[in-house]
Amino acid sequence: MLFRDIIKLSFFSLRANKLRSFLTSLGIIIGIASVIVIISVGAGAQSLIVNQINSIGSNLIGILPGASDSNGPPASALGIIVTTLKYKDAVDISQQVAHVTAVTSYNTGMGSISYQNTKSDAKYYGVMDQYLVVEDTSLIAGRFFSAEEEKGNNRVAILGYRAWQDLFGGDDAIGKKIKIKKEFFEVIGVIKERGTSGFQNQDNIVLIPISTAQNIMLGVNYVNFIRVKVDNADHLDEAVSDINSLLRDNHNIRESQPSDFSVRNVKDAIDILLNITNALKFFLAAIAAISLVVGGVGVMNIMLAAVNERIREIGLRRAVGARRSSIMLQFILETVTITVVGGLIGIFFGASVSAIVAVVARFLGYQWDLVVSWQSIILGTSVAALVGLVFGIYPAQRAAKLDPIEALRYE
Amino acid sequence: MALIEIKNLKKDYVNDEVVTSVLHGVTFNIEAGEFVAIMGPSGSGKSTLMHILGFLDRATSGVFKFKNRDVTNLDDNQLAQIRNEEVGFVFQAFNLLPKTSIYDNVKLPLIYSTKKNQDKLVKDAIKAVDLMHRINNFSNQLSGGEKQRVAIARALVTEPSIIFADEPTGNLDSKSGQVVMEILEKLNDDGHTVILVTHEHDTAQHARRIIKLRDGLIVSDEKVKSRRSAKEGELQK
Repeated sequence: MLFRDIIKLSFFSLRANKLRSFLTSLGIIIGIASVIVIISVGAGAQSLIVNQINSIGSNLIGILPGASDSNGPPASALGIIVTTLKYKDAVDISQQVAHVTAVTSYNTGMGSISYQNTKSDAKYYGVMDQYLVVEDTSLIAGRFFSAEEEKGNNRVAILGYRAWQDLFGGDDAIGKKIKIKKEFFEVIGVIKERGTSGFQNQDNIVLIPISTAQNIMLGVNYVNFIRVKVDNADHLDEAVSDINSLLRDNHNIRESQPSDFSVRNVKDAIDILLNITNALKFFLAAIAAISLVVGGVGVMNIMLAAVNERIREIGLRRAVGARRSSIMLQFILETVTITVVGGLIGIFFGASVSAIVAVVARFLGYQWDLVVSWQSIILGTSVAALVGLVFGIYPAQRAAKLDPIEALRYE
Repeated sequence: MALIEIKNLKKDYVNDEVVTSVLHGVTFNIEAGEFVAIMGPSGSGKSTLMHILGFLDRATSGVFKFKNRDVTNLDDNQLAQIRNEEVGFVFQAFNLLPKTSIYDNVKLPLIYSTKKNQDKLVKDAIKAVDLMHRINNFSNQLSGGEKQRVAIARALVTEPSIIFADEPTGNLDSKSGQVVMEILEKLNDDGHTVILVTHEHDTAQHARRIIKLRDGLIVSDEKVKSRRSAKEGELQK
């Protein structure tokens, strides 16, 4: 028996029962579509994260207070305040570590920010004078504060783009006095629009000298984190190791003791995020795969009904010379055809949904890549074929086992 | 050399350890080119005999030789192959595939065959039953008589040695039945061996030889003296 004939036969019986074939494969369509969407949207979200982190700069090193093992996030990232990191650490890094081009430490603060009667919900940050270099951004008006102002408890402020819009509605702000909590600050600069990055709005901020933040606004002697920019990504490892030994020295940590800070470069951060999101992605894909099993049982159910309905046809085929194996092959291939066609429709739906998600995300201003990989298409198709094969065997066996005489007589 | 030789053929069915004997020892020969009617009331064993002769079933004991080859104990796949190559079936209920064209219905046995020039075989078979004008119609668009003619074309398409017709007129009005019998006669005239299974005396009269069965035994086996020709619809001297 020619393979071509059987394939033709399978498509023929699909066409003969269009609605039923479609409903039968619906479970497969939905299952495959969800797997494709999850993998593709997952990859899109990953690309978003990676793009954003890369946009900060891949030659950045982050230093957080508190120890951590190399895989998990440090305690400070979970909202626990650790006070081991000092302003002096940042200054020492900028002066003593090779390949470092710029350093800034950060103190974050919340408090009412207003200009006359207009309020802003911006966060304020105490930072160092190298901030613009580290963050790879620039001003659209005014100037940044100097190294002297950084150390001198000066009451000067640089506005993020959104804070500027909220407080001044886009009017000239340089020289105006804004109020943060109970203190007045002179606006000396405005930063260009930067968009959302790393899940934080980079525009709704107000920057003040770190000395002012620590001594006047917050009354603390530690910093929340430090960012270091290295001249070249190739020097990251060397700089990380130098920073480690410098800070251990600064903090008087003996050799057997663990560090009370964590040094991370951006590549590590990306790896950690990818680990987490991959695990999430495959977990979700596994759940979607369960729906494929459910779909497969549905297909098997319909095929059993189809075998019952076509007992006389089976008898006839046996009478004109079909072997049991030909009948078996026919029904398995019919099932596989249903699931593979369903799988292809599912891939199409899944890819369409992924494309819509990507278009919407881009419309909302995210750097979202549409990723529908060949692997996921091949995977989807072969999983669909496998489901058809597995769930087609039992109905096909039932069909092949029929006695031709009984089958011909069947009413 | 006879086309079919059977000797002392017996068939028992075992159901829940109860043995039912259907054929008690049947012996006869059929030569190539014969038109034989197997007659008998229901329960006489005629269907069982046809199933064995048509390679759909195996005898419990006895000898069955086909073209001088012992075919008593063939396995399932050998039976399927010999059915495909040597036998054409025409059933009472037509057994056409629904929602399928005449062409594809007739082609069905060739799917399981290695024969060449399948397209020509299909068209020749459809020509033989005079249905070329309906070749692309679907089976459900045909009248009962036309359906049975399609079934005959399907039986012919593999150029078999024997055509089995199991109550071929049972579901037809008398006029359509006449046409079907006329075709079977013509096929026999052209040299085909036809074995007709029926319980209708009139239908059996179209054959040249009638084997009567009762309770699993042959009660008579004789030539038809006054053969009824479907063409003229009257007795032939």
